[in-house]
Amino acid sequence: MPKTLYDKLWKEHHITTLNSGESLLYIDRHYLHEVTSPQAFEGLAKKDLTPWRLGANIATPDHNVPTERGDSFNMDSIDDEISKIQVVELDKNCNRFGIKQFDITSNNQGIVHVIGPELGYTLPGMTIVCGDSHTSTHGAFGCLAMGIGTSEVEHVLATQSLKVSKLKNMHVRFDGKPQSGVTSKDIVLYLIGKIGTAGGNGHAIEFSGSYIDSISMEARMTICNMAIEAGAKVGLIAPDKTTIEYIKEHSNLEDDLFNRAKDHWKTLVTDKDATYDKEIHIDISAIKSQVTWGTSPEMVVDFDANIPNPDNAPEEKKKNIQLAKEYMGIGSAEKLTDLKFDKVFIGSCTNSRIEDLREAAQAVKGKHIADTILEAIVVPGSGMVKLQAEAEGLDKIFQNAGFIWRDPGCSMCLGMNPDQLKPYERCASTSNRNFEGRQGNLGRTHLMSPLMAALTAINGTVSNPS
Amino acid sequence: MKLQGNELQINGIIASIDRDNIDTDQIIPTEYLKSIKKFGFEDYLFDGWRYLDDGKLGVTKDQRQINEKFVLNISPYDKATILLTRDNFGCGSSREHAVWALRDFGIKAVIASSFGDIFYNNCFKNGVLPIQLSKEQIEDLFKLSQDTIKEISVSLDAKKLSIGDIEYKFSVEDNLLERIIYGLDDVDITLQDKELIKDFESNRIKNKPWIFAND
Repeated sequence: MPKTLYDKLWKEHHITTLNSGESLLYIDRHYLHEVTSPQAFEGLAKKDLTPWRLGANIATPDHNVPTERGDSFNMDSIDDEISKIQVVELDKNCNRFGIKQFDITSNNQGIVHVIGPELGYTLPGMTIVCGDSHTSTHGAFGCLAMGIGTSEVEHVLATQSLKVSKLKNMHVRFDGKPQSGVTSKDIVLYLIGKIGTAGGNGHAIEFSGSYIDSISMEARMTICNMAIEAGAKVGLIAPDKTTIEYIKEHSNLEDDLFNRAKDHWKTLVTDKDATYDKEIHIDISAIKSQVTWGTSPEMVVDFDANIPNPDNAPEEKKKNIQLAKEYMGIGSAEKLTDLKFDKVFIGSCTNSRIEDLREAAQAVKGKHIADTILEAIVVPGSGMVKLQAEAEGLDKIFQNAGFIWRDPGCSMCLGMNPDQLKPYERCASTSNRNFEGRQGNLGRTHLMSPLMAALTAINGTVSNPS
Repeated sequence: MKLQGNELQINGIIASIDRDNIDTDQIIPTEYLKSIKKFGFEDYLFDGWRYLDDGKLGVTKDQRQINEKFVLNISPYDKATILLTRDNFGCGSSREHAVWALRDFGIKAVIASSFGDIFYNNCFKNGVLPIQLSKEQIEDLFKLSQDTIKEISVSLDAKKLSIGDIEYKFSVEDNLLERIIYGLDDVDITLQDKELIKDFESNRIKNKPWIFAND
């Protein structure tokens, strides 16, 4: 029977079908960070267990870490005592159990979904889990990758497996050439606007099409990262030449092993006659830059379109639109281009990779942020991204334009560290969630591409990126 | 595996929040994810809506500025055991803290027309029952629970909820329901299949050695 890529990955990792009807899947790679792991380690210790396969686990602190660190920084330098406890706890647990950690002083520390691929720990065909919903990012490499809860983190540590029920198959095909200034972030936001944040619930979404074929691994990671914002905990892209080139550069596999692996990776494609439970085909050539106006990623429009008016909306949407507009302080503004921004955040596991920083830097080169912008920060996704950007002089371009250049971490995507919005501040953000209070209590988040965020810093408002 | 008979039936007050897409950041904001404990989240449930001031981990309810208009601050809904909402409840982040906060507050069941996948899964590991009904049934329940305070009764074994004279059947996978009824621990159960996992792993090491190259 013809199989989809998801079906093949499922079968390859299927240990057994349990009496309950669920399946036990083998987990190849487990990423850990400081926020969702302490209770799992505690559970493991209480049961007197040790990790099943130590080498499967890779840890790094990212959510809580300050992003103004400098050279002599260590764990003790964290001012927030409660955040410090979590970072220290991860360190203790990794030492206690012998798990490989890129700690806060490591040059390779960074957002777990950025460092995994760039250090070669993410390989095509793997099952990858992490106590973090944006684990879907790794699906860009043809991995069955998904976010899990803390109980499951404990389960994976203890058993190297996960109990799961099979998802349905959904196919999203993006064909066409993007307009100038339109990036993968715009494409995925557009999709979420079309199908909604529950559109992919219960499904694994496979992305394909001539657009996907044409883009880099960084851009593919942005798309799979945001699959969860469309409700799908799994996003997938079949490995191709671009994937294999990336792996060749980033993994430390010896040649014979790499070549053997490559033969297998080439089989990780959906069979010609396989069918999906849901199919969506989007011609991307007409898509404009997307910016969110509300408090859910599905509340998104073309950057120059009218913000929805609850009076003209379908009955069941009226109340949600009204509540979101009130929270966001939209007032009488008709378009996003009418709104004045206070802060700009370029970073997060969605858009903090080298390509994102290059695009943003290009847009601000020789310019300066608007007087009305209180703060514009650039937070590279990892130590490696930071070094690379500095080698290319991007840090100087940003700093000369009035941006603050930071150290790696999740930062203002969720504001667990000191990088937060103050109440009512409006932020142009390259992150993934515009939920109420996400970037700080009563803060107002507008999601957009790194290019659009950079231009918003310069102009103080959303503008035409083409 | 001891049967906790009292959990076969959930009775109590139903509180409603009339919104779609209530994400896990609303259920519990990131600030409280700094805790390294699995319990003690009751005061932080729906923090952004429940209080008028900005909170911190360790600052309890009695030290906060209460939003008197929020349903869970109004008697008798402050004792609610069942929560009624709209579509896609628990979307967003994978934080199990969202379920811990509901559980610690005393919520034993959440009724919605759909749920975020990861949240749905996390519920069953912590004794909270997510009940999925159709949008029409949800609309009816909102109408029913709007005017007068309603008590609701959920039978886990019969997969049925009753409010006044009305009854709704709901479906949920038996194996998931059993986790709630018996309070099963997945790690213990899976380790009974230890040998199967070992065999699978040995084969994988042989056939796909590159996966293990960094071990």
